[in-house]
Amino acid sequence: MFKNKNQPSGVDTVENAKSEPDKDQPWKELGLKQDEYESIKEILNRRPTSSELAMYSVMWSEHCSYKSSKIYLRQFGEKVTPDMKKHLMVGMGENAGVVDIGEGLAVTFKVESHNHPSYIEPFQGAATGVGGIVRDILSMGARPVAVMDQLRFGAPQDPDTARVVHGVVDGISFYGNCLGLPNIGGETVFDKVYQGNPLVNALSIGALKHEDLQLAKATNPGDLVILFGARTGADGIGGVSVLASETFGDEGPTKRPAVQVGDPFAEKVLIECCLELFHAGVVAGIQDLGGAGISCATSELASNGGKGMKIQLKNVLLRDESLTPEEILMSESQERMCAVVPKKKLKDFEKIVNKWEVEYSVLGEVVDEDRLYIDWGHEEIVNVPPRTVAHDGPVYDRPVEYPKYQDALNADSSSKLKRAENETEAAAQLMELISSPNHADKSWITNQYDKYVMGNTALAMPDDGGMIRISEETGLGVALATDANGKYCYLDPYVGARQALAESYRNVAVTGAAPRAVTNCLNFGSPENPEVMWQFKQATAGLADACQELGIPVTGGNVSFYNQTGETAIYPTPVVGVLGVIDDVARRVPSGWQDDGNNIYLLGTTYDELDGSAWAKDLHNHLGGRPPNVDLQKEKELASLLYGATQQGIIEAAHDVSEGGLGIAILEASLRFNVGARIWLTELMERDGVDLTAALFSESQSRVIVSVGREDDVKFQALCEARDVPVLRIGVTDKENQAVDIQGVAKLELEAIRGAWAGVLPGLY
Amino acid sequence: MRIGVITYPGTLDDRDAQRAIRLAGGTPVPLWHADDDLKKVDAVVLPGGFSYGDYLRCGAIAAKAPATKEVIKKAQQGLPVLGICNGFQVLVESHLLPGGLIRNEHQHFICRDQKLRVENNQTAWTNLFEKDEEIIIPLKNGEGGYIATDDTIKMLEEENRVVFRYLELNPNGSMNDIAGLTNERGNVVGLMPHPEHAVEPGFGPDTAVATRSGIDGLKFFQSALKALVNS
Repeated sequence: MFKNKNQPSGVDTVENAKSEPDKDQPWKELGLKQDEYESIKEILNRRPTSSELAMYSVMWSEHCSYKSSKIYLRQFGEKVTPDMKKHLMVGMGENAGVVDIGEGLAVTFKVESHNHPSYIEPFQGAATGVGGIVRDILSMGARPVAVMDQLRFGAPQDPDTARVVHGVVDGISFYGNCLGLPNIGGETVFDKVYQGNPLVNALSIGALKHEDLQLAKATNPGDLVILFGARTGADGIGGVSVLASETFGDEGPTKRPAVQVGDPFAEKVLIECCLELFHAGVVAGIQDLGGAGISCATSELASNGGKGMKIQLKNVLLRDESLTPEEILMSESQERMCAVVPKKKLKDFEKIVNKWEVEYSVLGEVVDEDRLYIDWGHEEIVNVPPRTVAHDGPVYDRPVEYPKYQDALNADSSSKLKRAENETEAAAQLMELISSPNHADKSWITNQYDKYVMGNTALAMPDDGGMIRISEETGLGVALATDANGKYCYLDPYVGARQALAESYRNVAVTGAAPRAVTNCLNFGSPENPEVMWQFKQATAGLADACQELGIPVTGGNVSFYNQTGETAIYPTPVVGVLGVIDDVARRVPSGWQDDGNNIYLLGTTYDELDGSAWAKDLHNHLGGRPPNVDLQKEKELASLLYGATQQGIIEAAHDVSEGGLGIAILEASLRFNVGARIWLTELMERDGVDLTAALFSESQSRVIVSVGREDDVKFQALCEARDVPVLRIGVTDKENQAVDIQGVAKLELEAIRGAWAGVLPGLY
Repeated sequence: MRIGVITYPGTLDDRDAQRAIRLAGGTPVPLWHADDDLKKVDAVVLPGGFSYGDYLRCGAIAAKAPATKEVIKKAQQGLPVLGICNGFQVLVESHLLPGGLIRNEHQHFICRDQKLRVENNQTAWTNLFEKDEEIIIPLKNGEGGYIATDDTIKMLEEENRVVFRYLELNPNGSMNDIAGLTNERGNVVGLMPHPEHAVEPGFGPDTAVATRSGIDGLKFFQSALKALVNS
């Protein structure tokens, strides 16, 4: 404090870097490879300072730079037609994609992973996962309006699974509820393959008027660069490079200090504050601080705007005064935003942040040079071209190899598994499946999330998709669903990724909305394993091709590699989210029937497709063979039928037939409102040439069950015929008998089904 | 009729409460916590949320806000006040209502469609209900367990100040299944469930008739409007 102002502080400066070119630097410990370090030296024409090294190491990490995935992600931008882009206001590359939904309104949505932190510290990992994705949405100028979570846990009985489940669910509940965002859906899957690598993906969706769109750009020299929100602390330092980009060793969680800590109250205040700033027009560019913190925000804002910045790092407000400049640059403290503000708007900016009692500091300003300068007091510690940090990181075309196990895996079909020999056995298998953790009631989890806040939730779990009203005047709204079947992707990543899109698309269609755009979170093992890279290559090609066939574009997403423990990678798990638009949410369709005496129809064809099914895995512990066939033309016809029928108000309920097959779908649709059904399967078995086991448990795609009032029967059948969708009446709803009566098979009392289904998760956790 | 809705930092259901007032036929007036001007409103709603992050005790800091102090003063003179969830916690912290609210017995946040019985239909916020009417109102809280001393519970029961009781399932371990209370005068009501989430067909709790069609919450706000017309 009493030091002479011009005394060197001991930090590594640009001057030092020139005068001591041979100094040893910890590039390896920071996760950089030798050639990456060499190319930094080449870019700068000298060795980097320790601060520059910190910045490059986090920004060139797998998590931030997409260095292993970039060459494959390009096809999401290339395999598109002009027609697919007509609703796209902002595509990939920004914080989140923005989709026009009409009436001058738009939505932005994105799903992101927080897998590694959530294994080490499940509560904070999951909580900050929600916080991070919500700031991405906010930084597009949108008000966040809903969240969803896609969760994969280890074996349900494993004691460590309980630790992760409790922590993750509590974390999401703690953060999301306090933020005031309805949680409207998601996925929960248990499989021992995720034991050491649980997946915690978080999705958020926001709404904005077209004119409120914000971009992460610093374009006007002289504008101020302002950091506001929470203070910068020691949490999450090096999180991206050390955590997200390295494989866990077998010794388990040891990297605790690199997990961030969340404060949802600070974020709620920050949301309201930012929205007021946007509406007052005082912000010229905005970027949230997530992975790589200030390193990312400054370099990306400058690089996106094609300008430079001059930053005084001592101006950063700190929670811990002992932080070094390198740590400040890498810190991933949550609930911070970086704004670019014209000088003449500073007073207005201050007035608004003061109202919300949000702290801020001016870090510096935009300069008309291709240079990011960062000073520490009077010493220069960073002097780099911003693009080389933010966008021109390394790109790898990693070795790809067809897995050695693949042929044997595909040959090992489920045909040898013991099928139900009689009706009693089939009924017993159905009951066993509905009471297995993957098909049991998930309300123990979802009841811990607020689904009501904001008053616009038109559908939420357990319905197939979530739905939110965007315009209170007209009822215009959006539906959202996400899916990924890791087992199918393991059997065939190309088909599996297409199936994930098909199912997500179908889940949006059953709600009555028209699918419009796609987001994804690609969860894979180590990219340094050529067999994993093959899975990634196949999955991305499958997804990009499928998007083109369905005519809906990918608007953004996230890649999470290194989800593996030792040599064991997770199943490739490309979570695909589909957004749909509905002109009036009053027309939405729930997933269960309520009225008595309505006809139940099965749309689509049932094939004998039990490989990779829940029946094979959860009842016989078998995974092998080929995943079910995916026919996207059929999906399109089915979606178009559902949309047309919903527009005419014909469908009372619609439920996707997927994991667990028709049997599980019927039970779920009955449990939804506790209304039973009489079902007959003989006609189906005859028409499609399948046995009872396949009729109940096959996971053939492009199938939906619907209930339709008797008065609309003729109209409905005509609609199906016109669109060439196979339709078969398989039952009627039955309010009187509290049972699902599958004729000739078994009469299952609703109370007994509910008993077997509802108690599973509370019993485990 | 103008009904004010206070926004504290961390309040979440303020816009929902404003919508409910509008749907009931009143005029919602947004009020800011730092402002002691209640803008001559005829009634006040303290909405749900996590004021100040619930970091001290739920509602404890909000109870000291300038706007709340004004509400306390006016409530003692008869101003109708409804505290929902975090608002109920603020009323308890302000001593407008007795007792306290603690962490749910099962330690988890819970969101569910909750059946309630209206025990007292003589308050400013319940006069349109039948006595013993059974209603469904969404509940969502982490700290909704109502506690009080034996003497207070006895007094509340004897004076008919328990306004709502949980039916079928006590979701948070509240003593005597208490879901909501009123003051002696009947102008101040606090409850944990959220009536503002059951006011609009399509966005409320599920009913036997149709999905998300429950609007039992609307009567809370209509009751206040009726009480104001009659006063």
